[in-house]
Amino acid sequence: MDFKEIYLSARSSIRQNRLRSFLTLLGVVIGIFSIIGVMTAINVLQQTVEDNMGGLGAGTFQVQKYPNMNMGNTRWRYHNRKNLDYRDFKRLQERLVIVDYATAEDWNYGKILRYKDKETKPNIVVAGITHNWEFTNNLKIDMGRMITQLDEKNGSHVIVLGYDVLDVLFPNRNPIGEAIKIDGVKYRVIGVSERKGQQFGQSQDNRSYIPLTTYFKYYGQASFTSLNYCFTVVDQDQFEEGMQEVINELRIIRGDKFGEENSFETWTNASLIDNFNKMTAAIKIAAGIIASIALLASGIGIMNIMLVTVSERTREIGVRKSLGAKRRDILYQFMLEALILTEMGGVIGIAIGVLAGNIVALLLKISVVFPWDWAIIGIVVCSAIALIFGSYPAYKAASLDPIEALRYE
Amino acid sequence: MSLLILKNIFRIYQIGDIEVRALNGVDVDVERNEYVSIMGPSGSGKSTLMNIIGCLDTPTKGGYELDGMVIHQEVKDGTGIASDDQLAVIRNQKIGFIFQTFNLLPRMTALHNVELPLIYGGVPRAERLERAQAALEQVQLADRMHHKPNELSGGQRQRVAVARALVNNPSIILADEPTGNLDSKTSHDIMDLIDNLHKEGNTIILVTHEHDIAERANRVIHMLDGKIHEDNKKK
Repeated sequence: MDFKEIYLSARSSIRQNRLRSFLTLLGVVIGIFSIIGVMTAINVLQQTVEDNMGGLGAGTFQVQKYPNMNMGNTRWRYHNRKNLDYRDFKRLQERLVIVDYATAEDWNYGKILRYKDKETKPNIVVAGITHNWEFTNNLKIDMGRMITQLDEKNGSHVIVLGYDVLDVLFPNRNPIGEAIKIDGVKYRVIGVSERKGQQFGQSQDNRSYIPLTTYFKYYGQASFTSLNYCFTVVDQDQFEEGMQEVINELRIIRGDKFGEENSFETWTNASLIDNFNKMTAAIKIAAGIIASIALLASGIGIMNIMLVTVSERTREIGVRKSLGAKRRDILYQFMLEALILTEMGGVIGIAIGVLAGNIVALLLKISVVFPWDWAIIGIVVCSAIALIFGSYPAYKAASLDPIEALRYE
Repeated sequence: MSLLILKNIFRIYQIGDIEVRALNGVDVDVERNEYVSIMGPSGSGKSTLMNIIGCLDTPTKGGYELDGMVIHQEVKDGTGIASDDQLAVIRNQKIGFIFQTFNLLPRMTALHNVELPLIYGGVPRAERLERAQAALEQVQLADRMHHKPNELSGGQRQRVAVARALVNNPSIILADEPTGNLDSKTSHDIMDLIDNLHKEGNTIILVTHEHDIAERANRVIHMLDGKIHEDNKKK
């Protein structure tokens, strides 16, 4: 008996009992939905975290006072560490051999930039950076130039603008050489950084860059805040050595005693993604458990409904057998019916799950993902449910005695 | 050579301590193109006999040959009985059933119902359709092909069932009270149709309890208490 016939017959019987079929597959929908929804949402976040690291190239790592991602309230443990300051950075920079670029930075948020009678909203981030920062952070310049070693040494009042500032203060004109003011201090515009768009619903173009030495004059001395250090090793093969070099030299500079752990944190893109994955693993496991319970319940529902179907259609089975249906024909027919029912539920569950998971993406205005791997797992799981829970009713149908079945009222 | 040979057939049910002998040693030979009706009071074993001839049931003891094929062999230890699937194949290819209650599948069109035996017989789609249509034309239902059973009258339903019984060119057509659920006018139409099938060369075995219908056959077997009571062949 060909499968098209079995399929058509199974489909017509599912249609015959629309409401019942719908309620049965609702269980599958919920199970698959819960797992696909959570996985899609996590994939979206993961994608974003990875995209967000675009600033840090493959050969780049950072050093900070506090861990980048912190499980639990353990901030106090790191509070007493000595701040990472500019003086240590300069000493470290002199000692580095393997590392190609070393930079330091600090950030100040919520600034207003003024040009003549125009001013920006108070949402501009001013970064104090050392030279070479464009290499460690993959920053591209659209117009003009970047902060140089000379700017850093002299503490020049120069600034590189992001497009958010440009759009407000200099619509449709070249800002290079113009003077703008932040907190009453004048800076000369020397460059404009490339437009980056939005991430996590936040503009990435609201940053402006001034030399770190200039920054210290107006936004706190080096000892008050802890800087971020950033290092790039161009040769991938030397990355581990470069990182070790920084750790060793920094321990000496900061006077970390032998046997004590580092008084600072290092992290790379990979370690950040690692941390993120550790965090999401717990969520994934929880979603997996919920989905397993829902799918188990739905499997029992399918078994139940298939048993009802078989007993309702006892006579049909008798007729089919009297016309020459073998055990196998009946078995396939009812297995396929269970399979179609669960796969319908699975497909609906995947569709709703992907939609719901991507709501996160829409809210954060980031790119939508389709978790192919989980969709395929979902389909496979549905098939397994159909096979496991559909086989007993189908076996029961196939084993019916034709005479008994024909007499059944 | 006989088309059908039943030799010393027993069908014994064990219900608790009581042994019920539905068939108690039956011997029948049926020739090709014979038209046999089986009569008898209820409990006489005529349905059990039909089920065994139709390969729906297996005898407790006895031998059965159909169309030169040994289906059940009389052996002491009870082996030599065909398996369920083998019986299914024989039902599919050698036997056409006509039931009292029509037994059409309600969700399918007349055409699809007639196609069913061909589907289980593995006949390719195009040929299947052609043969099913031809069978429906033979019972004058070409214009009702795409109707479902609940859109057809009782007589039309039974004619679909006749078409379904014919479509596989079976060796025997077994009709179990084919007019039991029909009014007398429709009964005559259906019996005329069955008479025609006989004239066209088919072998027909008919179970009935109505004398006028039994008289249409050229051989009438009377059963009583699981045995053949009378076996009258007409000239």
